[in-house]
This record gives sequence, structure tokens and C-alpha cells, in this order.
Amino acid sequence: MNTPHDSVVWLGVPAFPEAARSALADTRLRANLRKATGTIREKRLAATGELDDWEELRAAGAAIKRRVLRHLDRYLEQLEESVLRAGGTVHWAADAAEANRIVTGLVTATGEREVVKVKSMATQEIGLNEALAAAGISACETDLAELIVQLAGDRPSHILVPAIHRGRAEIRELFRRRMGDRGRPAPHGLSDDPADLAEAARLHLRDKFLRAKVAVSGANFACADTGTIGVVESEGNGRMCLTLPDTLITVMGIEKVLPSFADLEVFLQLLPRSSTGERMNPYTSMWTGPVAGDGPRSFHLVLLDNGRTATLSDPVGRQALACIRCSACLNVCPVYERTGGHAYGSVYPGPIGAVLTPQLMGVGQASSLPFASTLCGACYDACPVKIDIPEVLVHLRAAEVDAGRGVLPKPEALAMKAAAGLLGSPRRLAAAQRAVAMTGRVLARRGSIGRLPGPLARWSATRDTPAPPPESFRAWWRRTHTGTSAAEADR
Amino acid sequence: MSGGRSAMLRRVRAALADVPADERPDDVPVPRTYRRSHAGEDVVGLFADRLADYGAHVSRTSDPATAIAAAVTRRSVGSLIVPDGLPIGWLRPGPWRVLRDDPPLPVAALDGASGVLSTAVAGIAVTGTLVLDAGPGQGRRALTLLPDYHLCVVPAARIVGDVPEVLARLAPDAPLTFVSGPSATSDIELDRVEGVHGPRVLEVIIVDDGKEPPA
Amino acid sequence: MRIALFITCFNDTMFPGTGKAVVRLLERLGHTVDFPQAQVCCGQMHFNTGYRREAVPLARRFAEVFGHCEAVVTPSGSCAAMVRDHHRVLDPGLSSPPVYELSELLVDVLGITDVGAWFPHRVTYHPTCHSMRMLRVGDRPLRLLRAVRGIDVVELPAAEACCGFGGTFALKNPDTSNAILADKVHHVRATGAEVLCAGDNSCLMHIGGTLSRMRTGIATRHLAEILAATEEDAHEHPS
Repeated sequence: MNTPHDSVVWLGVPAFPEAARSALADTRLRANLRKATGTIREKRLAATGELDDWEELRAAGAAIKRRVLRHLDRYLEQLEESVLRAGGTVHWAADAAEANRIVTGLVTATGEREVVKVKSMATQEIGLNEALAAAGISACETDLAELIVQLAGDRPSHILVPAIHRGRAEIRELFRRRMGDRGRPAPHGLSDDPADLAEAARLHLRDKFLRAKVAVSGANFACADTGTIGVVESEGNGRMCLTLPDTLITVMGIEKVLPSFADLEVFLQLLPRSSTGERMNPYTSMWTGPVAGDGPRSFHLVLLDNGRTATLSDPVGRQALACIRCSACLNVCPVYERTGGHAYGSVYPGPIGAVLTPQLMGVGQASSLPFASTLCGACYDACPVKIDIPEVLVHLRAAEVDAGRGVLPKPEALAMKAAAGLLGSPRRLAAAQRAVAMTGRVLARRGSIGRLPGPLARWSATRDTPAPPPESFRAWWRRTHTGTSAAEADR
Repeated sequence: MSGGRSAMLRRVRAALADVPADERPDDVPVPRTYRRSHAGEDVVGLFADRLADYGAHVSRTSDPATAIAAAVTRRSVGSLIVPDGLPIGWLRPGPWRVLRDDPPLPVAALDGASGVLSTAVAGIAVTGTLVLDAGPGQGRRALTLLPDYHLCVVPAARIVGDVPEVLARLAPDAPLTFVSGPSATSDIELDRVEGVHGPRVLEVIIVDDGKEPPA
Repeated sequence: MRIALFITCFNDTMFPGTGKAVVRLLERLGHTVDFPQAQVCCGQMHFNTGYRREAVPLARRFAEVFGHCEAVVTPSGSCAAMVRDHHRVLDPGLSSPPVYELSELLVDVLGITDVGAWFPHRVTYHPTCHSMRMLRVGDRPLRLLRAVRGIDVVELPAAEACCGFGGTFALKNPDTSNAILADKVHHVRATGAEVLCAGDNSCLMHIGGTLSRMRTGIATRHLAEILAATEEDAHEHPS
């Protein structure tokens, strides 16, 4: 059970710049991503633009999350009490290993060897499927995209649409070759029409739903005052899992708690419009403990820490825990749009992943991710709960730089220190400017500089750089406005 | 287990050392300046339009029995699940077999049924959403999930403008299902496909009679 | 009014023409421009790359040099945003003077959109990320451009998309930066513009670098340079 497997951070994925390079070389991936993110961006803008109080809703969503995070202990205790009162059982898991142990134990106790799963970031984060497999239990993903990823032995590359990196032709091939291995094979003459592919998935999963005795889900939110848990979905696989089996096990990050049922009025408006760009997703299921004669007879809620309290302890980084997993930030990110999700090497890709992954995993893990952003700010604008992702990125960059201080400084750190020295006084800057101008004259041809060696090689491979002018602005000012030459003024 | 619980709560409290000890949750302000509703005057008309946007079949009538019979006939429904508590007289006798969930139907029977007729406890106009709470005329959740055709008949009086209004009138101790159109997926190239695991056809009949029907 | 110019270290060294254009423009509009010579750098590069400790003295120096000024103008959206949003992160005790990006100064403070410029060229405008999303300059630069005589302002497709520069991002993630830039260049070329304009020379240098390498013939001009251009100038200093 302790064999190494994927968790928040995936094994064997290089640092972002290298992983991105191979992703960028995949032209089919680039085309799939461009089409998909372009489509969803337009839908989101239309859906959010429809509400003239969208900014007020965002402000309320951000404030509710802030309230929760600042008083998380109290809300967790209240949630536990409410779930117990409703007839559910609550488990507390400090980390992935403990959560996996709890879930495996619960499934084993039912005597079942098969579980159906609703798409859940939390169970991906802890590598639950692998842990269950090690205990001889097979977990069947029932969300279409998760099924695609599972059949392909692949990794998810998007929070909402985990198979966004796959085009329809690839999916058809995958269904034809692999569906039979795990149950009902794909129908003969399967086309690559998404409707036909969805139908194949429907037929493949139908028996599994009807047979299932145990389901594992995540949760989009949990209301502390009532103990109500909610799952937001589109396909109906969630309803199947939440309704047909006898036992339901829900694994939920501790940050998903909301103060009250009434607060759903904010999040049920923010989430679908930000996520799929719909006014409302097709299905939202909410349950408050087990209900006699309707759905599972036993309900277990597993509350997962797994790095969340460490994240909570940073007053700046804490806001990343407000994330409602809508994935709007991925869809608007210029970096994500080009590289896709795999380059981030984490269950949580894109801008939110770049701030969440290093915090959940601790310093030193995923250290290239906070730098995988142009800081363009599109993610912050799109975020329905106003997580200032650029602020957290820059904050984590500083933590990363500070962690490297005291050891042998890297060339970058030396350059930064040198630059800070030059920029620390107008005299030193002016001297440097004269040196730059001289170097520029040596390197430049017809006013611009072409290819350069060293750290500038990759920059200059595709970009010319203008030759530095012979006279800086400050030198010109002195000459024209103060009547002194630059050399004199420097003294 | 309780050891894990207290250790986790301890870690949460330690992480919140910067929060003043005397701060209460209500001290963190939540601006509630957003609208209670984005719907205009014609709530029922909006509800119908928005549901139709999702690809649901929507019609309005003041004669539900005739509209239901016509819909079931048009679909050539062979067997129809009818939950307890549906208003008397909504379903006329016809060439369809009525399946009652008493005693509870096995899953295979639910899966084999050609349709289900239910009502909804509420409708949300702005989002085109039906709300089911397993109450009278809706039955347990599986009834409206497994058949491929869901015919939902909603009295116009139960339709509210928007999400905040509907939540204020729901009791969360019942299992709640919000249905907005037929099941759908956008998992392949973000192309929306209607009809996956939930009912592939959603038909909604709005009953334009201000009065609640007798159960 | 008396306006202090924060030239920014990057413009000072690489694009003095932009600073000269700001001086010429504001003086033409009847204002007095000061250039406090003790100014250096706002610390943006260090701050954004994680070198906060190194950025602190730069932020303090900025506050010392400009603290007394009534209004500060800078021809850089990202440096204006750095001073306005991040200096207090570096040192909560710092009190910054009112710092305006050029289009904000002209439209909001000086209340002017027609600055009397003449620029008979087809121009497209790239709204740089920090101007757009941190400063929220909105359509102020475009209103200024549209009031220029002789100009033909053409819309840039996907204008709000980042150019992929991101300061040290372009050096740390050169391949991704290039991929983003390629799309921006594609859109710029699609406009048929002769000149690409923006309010930040760093982004312009980034996009212009590829425009130049690809020999597109499309020039880059800072907003200040277009707004400073007049018919008389053109006759006096034909370029």
C-alpha cells in the first residue's frame, strides 16, 4: 500500500519549463487546447455578463470564504455535529495515507470489491484509486472525461475537463481498443461524433451503476449549519453514484465547508457560470445524511487535511483555499492555453495549481510552478471568489528565493543582487548605462541586436533587441536642462 | 479516529494564530448587495424560455391531463413510472402501463421503464431549473433518474424568479435534486452533447392555473 | 501644473525617446515637468521575481525622491502599478505620492483627450496587462489615440491577451513565452497596421523583437511618442 504513486504532485514530471517545452511541441495538443479554451472562455463571458451584479456576487463569495477560513475550526466542528445529527459518520484524515486507509477500510467492511466514483479532485489528490487497487478493490471512474483518462492510463490535464488534451478521434480509438478490457465494449462502427462517444460511455457504465453497492464522491460544498453536502455535475453519473448504492463515502477537503445552507445562493450562481459557462449545470444533488427508503443507507464523510492546514497558516497564501474548482483561471491563462495541464505535473494545474500545489506540498516541491506565469492577471479577473492569484504567485516566488538564500547563490541571485546595486544609486545606474550603450554599439547591426549567447540565447533566438541608445534619458536631461554633461553630473 | 480529529483541529487553530482571539465569524463582513432575483415580471415565461435553451421540451397548458396524455402518446411510452402523491386526474388511462413504486420497484424495473411522470417542488426561472425534493408526486430520487424520459409537470405557482428565492423555501433535510435540462456533457472538445446517464429527454409541462392541484 | 516624471530605469536606459516625448507633450500642453535626478527604479523586476529584500531599498528610495511631489507621471503601466499596489507590501510605512500612468494623467487629471497630435499612420493598440488589469486604464489610451489627427486606429484581435513577456518569465520560460508571443504577433500582422502602440515599452520591445526578426516592417511606438508627434515636428525633424 505504500508503493509510490501519484499524489498532488506527479512522479517523473520535470520542472515546468522543460515539461512545457515538450507540451508545446505537440501540435495536436496545442490545437485541442486552443479550441477548447477559446470555446469555454466565450461561454463564460456570456454567462457572467448576463448578471449585472456579478461583481457583487464575487464579493460575497470571496467574503463568505474568508469568513470560513478565518474560523475554520468552528465550522468544522459544527459541520461534524450536523452530519452526525443527520445520521452520517465523520472521519478526519490528516494526510493522503490516512484518508486512503479510512476509505479502504470502509469499502472492505462492506465486503465489496468494486466502487463507482464521481469525479473528485480530492480523491485524485490522495491517489485513492491506486490505494484501493493495492487492496484489491477496483474503482470505476464514471465521469466521461475521467473515464477517458482512466481507460488511457493517462493523467488529467484540467480541473473541469480532465481529458481536454484529447481530441474526438483519439477518444474513439481509445474506446474501441480499451472499453472491452473493463466491461462492456464499445459498439461496432463507433464514430467520432461526441454524441456517439457519449452514448458508448452510457452503455458501458450502465451495468456498473445498476450493480454498484459502494460509491465514492467528492463534495463541492458542505453546509455547517445543516450538514448538507452538495455535488454539482452534468452527466447524471453523480446522481447515479449518490442514489443507487447502499454505501456512500464522500472525501472532502476541509476548506469546502460553508457557514450555512443559505450561502449556497451565492455559490450556485458563481460556480456554474464560471465553470461550464452555463446558467446552471444540469444536475446538483444535495443530501443531509442518509434518508430512509431513498438512496444510500450509510453515509461517511471523510474530512481531508493533506497540506491544507499548512496552507492555512500563511495569511497571504491562505486565500488559495477559497478555490471552488471552477477552472475559469485555467481557461483564461495564456500559459495554460499553450502548455496544457500536464506540464504543471500536478492534479491541480493552471494558475490555481501554481499557487495551490506548492503550498499543499510544502517548500521545495513544485518550486518552478510559481514562476510559470506572466502575472498578466487574467486569472484574478476571472476568479469567482476573487483569489488574487498573482499576489500569491509573487509571494511564493519570494518564499522560494528566500529558501535559496544562505546556500551557494545561483547565477540568477547574483545577477539580481548586482542589478539591485546598480539600481540603488543614480550614479551607478548612469555608469552602467554608458557601459550598456557601448556594448550595444558593438553588438548592434542596423539599430538592433540579433542572436546572443548565454542566458539570452533563447530570448534572442526569435526576437531582435533594439540597440541601446548612445545617450540615456537622464544624460539627455542633464545636458539639455541642467547644462552639465553626464560625466560631470556623476561626480 | 478521535486522536486524528483533535490533532487536525489543533493544527487548524495553530494555523489561524493571526486571527484575533476575540474575532467572531460574524465580525468578518459579508456584503449581501447582490440581487435576490434577476427575473423580470414574466417569471413563468422566462422559466419556459430558459429550460428550452437547454434542449428541454417545454409547453404550457391549463389542462394538464390532456397535455400529459398527448405527451405520453407522442413519445409512445410503453411503461410509465408514477410516484405516489401525483394529483388525481393528471394521468388518464391509456395504452401505457403504469408502474407504482409501492412496494419499491427494483432497479432493473426502473431501468426498463420507458418514462417517469413527476411534478417538482419548485422551478427557478432565471436558471431554468426544476427542483425535486422527493416529496409528493416526485418519489425517491432513483425514479426520476433511470428512465430515459422524464416528464415533469409543474404548477406555475411553484415557479420562483431566482436561486436565492428558491433556497429560502427549501427544507435541506430532504434530498434535493436541481435539474436544469437533460443530462449533458461537454467533456469531448467542450462540445455540448445532450443525453448521457440521466434522462436523455426532459419534457416540462407548466400548468397555468394559479391554484395548487389537489393531491 | 507641475508634474514630476518617473522615467523608469528601463525607459531611461533603453527608450529615452519615450521620456523626451512625455516632456515635449506635457510642456506643449502648458505644464511644467520636473525630473528628480536622484530617481532610479521602482523595484518591479526584483519584486516580481521574488527578490523582495532587494526591492525594499528601491521602493524606499522612490518614496524619498517623489514623496513631496504633487503628481508623478510615468510612461509605464506596470511600473505605475508596482508603485501603487506593491510598495506598501514591501514597506507598509511607505507613503507614495499620486502616481499616474500617462493616459490616466491626461484623461483624469488634466481632463484632456485631444492633445493636438498629428500621426498619419495606421495604428493598432495593445492594452498591456498591468495597464488593463491592475491600473484599469480602460479605453483612455484609445480615446487619446482616436483624437489624434490623421491617425487610422485599427482594432487588434484578441487585444486583451497577454504578449507573453512577463519580465523574467520570458527568460525562465522562453518556450512558453515564445508560443504566447507568436499568437500576439499573428494578430498584430492581421490588422495591417504600420505601427503597434502600447503604454509599456517592455511589452513593445518583446513584441517588436519578433516583428523585427520576421521583417514585418511593423514599427512599435509608445503611446507618448504618438501623442507628442505634431505636424510641425514632422517638418522640423523628418524621421
